[in-house]
Amino acid sequence: MHLSKIKILNEEEIRRIILRISHQILEKNKGVKDLCLVGIQLRGVYLAQRIKESIYSIEKVYLPLGVLDITFYRDDLARIGPNPLVRSTDICFDINDKKVVLIDDVLFTGRTVRCALDEIMDFGRPKKIYLAVLIDRGHRELPIKPDFVGKNIPTSLKEHVEVKLKESDGEDAVYLYKLK
Amino acid sequence: MKKIKHLLDLKNTPEEWIEEVFKVATSFKEVLTRPLKKVPALRGKTVVNLFFEPSTRTRISFEMAAKFLSADVINFSTSVSSIQKGESLLDTLRNIESLSADIVVVRDSSPGTPYILSKYTQASVVNAGDGTHSHPTQALLDMFTVKQKKGRLEGLKVLIVGDILHSRVARSNIEGFTKFGAQVSVCGPANLIPFYISDWKVKVYYDFDQALEDKDVIIMLRIQRERQNTGYIPSLREYRYLYSLNKERFHRLKKDTLIMHPGPVNWDIEISSKIKPYVHPLILEQVNNGLAIRMAVLYLLSQG
Repeated sequence: MHLSKIKILNEEEIRRIILRISHQILEKNKGVKDLCLVGIQLRGVYLAQRIKESIYSIEKVYLPLGVLDITFYRDDLARIGPNPLVRSTDICFDINDKKVVLIDDVLFTGRTVRCALDEIMDFGRPKKIYLAVLIDRGHRELPIKPDFVGKNIPTSLKEHVEVKLKESDGEDAVYLYKLK
Repeated sequence: MKKIKHLLDLKNTPEEWIEEVFKVATSFKEVLTRPLKKVPALRGKTVVNLFFEPSTRTRISFEMAAKFLSADVINFSTSVSSIQKGESLLDTLRNIESLSADIVVVRDSSPGTPYILSKYTQASVVNAGDGTHSHPTQALLDMFTVKQKKGRLEGLKVLIVGDILHSRVARSNIEGFTKFGAQVSVCGPANLIPFYISDWKVKVYYDFDQALEDKDVIIMLRIQRERQNTGYIPSLREYRYLYSLNKERFHRLKKDTLIMHPGPVNWDIEISSKIKPYVHPLILEQVNNGLAIRMAVLYLLSQG
């Protein structure tokens, strides 16, 4: 199936990106006040955990971290065939009037983010929601724009971006597959 | 995962589907703790509660489950329906179907009704209790409750006490728990144990005092008072003396024995009100788990 596989980010680059995004978040928010992090299952959660550690190393403050599973909010449940894997949602802090940084690995059509926004709103009314992604590969189908981007990768629809993280895949890397 | 179209009983429901129900129900339990207990998973779908037998708790549980999933719900019960005007079961179903129902939840006093309906409809059918035959969502919530408390079902000793003969809850629980490797036994007056009990892989006790000591789970069935005058139970006093979970029996149980009841409890008949503070929280948790389980069942069937 795969024609070629190109490594676009390695471990070191991902580490620097996490550190940079952490600084950017703090810069934009002017500190940690009212900030909280919410990662989208599965890899968004691991990235959120790393950003949490990274912000701690800079500001010596641990931000509240929530976990979001968007399965029940999908608009294509009837279309995607076999039941998608349902993971847990866990936001155990009050998000009212907070500034939420929503974190995911790849931003593509924007539909996952749409689901996540709907779900966050069901927990309360945050003052602001930022969006941080490791990879923005374009092809948005909804008017959604990230605030913090690790790397922009212009792709064609025939290509496939795969993010691998140590927590789930044993290595830190981002690959671009060019499909037939 | 193998999909199923209808949930009619547990006997013919694949194990892996049941496991999936438990997993999804765990997520819905979280949803139930949120300030806004609603997800859009079944938006645009219609769930019809078709209740030919009076039921408040199960119907409300299904209704809430469907509403928390953002489905549209229609409640249809005999007292207000055209069944009383002489419409046949199938005609009623076809009428409801022409309202484009996606899932039909059926309760009837005749065993088998959901099976017949499932043959004549495009919608998914969920059995919410058919006569003395089957009540799969009750068994699923009982199993889910035990699994959450004990971490497993396999190898557990489960005792079901009471009117086994007329109990669809007992039947479904026997099917469900044995499917997952639990050792199920039943206990009750001899005339309330069905003669075909030997077809099931269960141990039978007639003496509650002998049965209770090494059990991990005890499910106390409700004495259906409406059957009291049919002569099965000579007197409630006698039944209470022999089969009530009273304080003395309660103290002889293992410390971690789970005591469950499908509700509504007749306090001081099945269970002594003296031990209510110890047993009531879990029975109420069963109700909460029932909601999560029914959400999971509707959610998984809706994707068929």
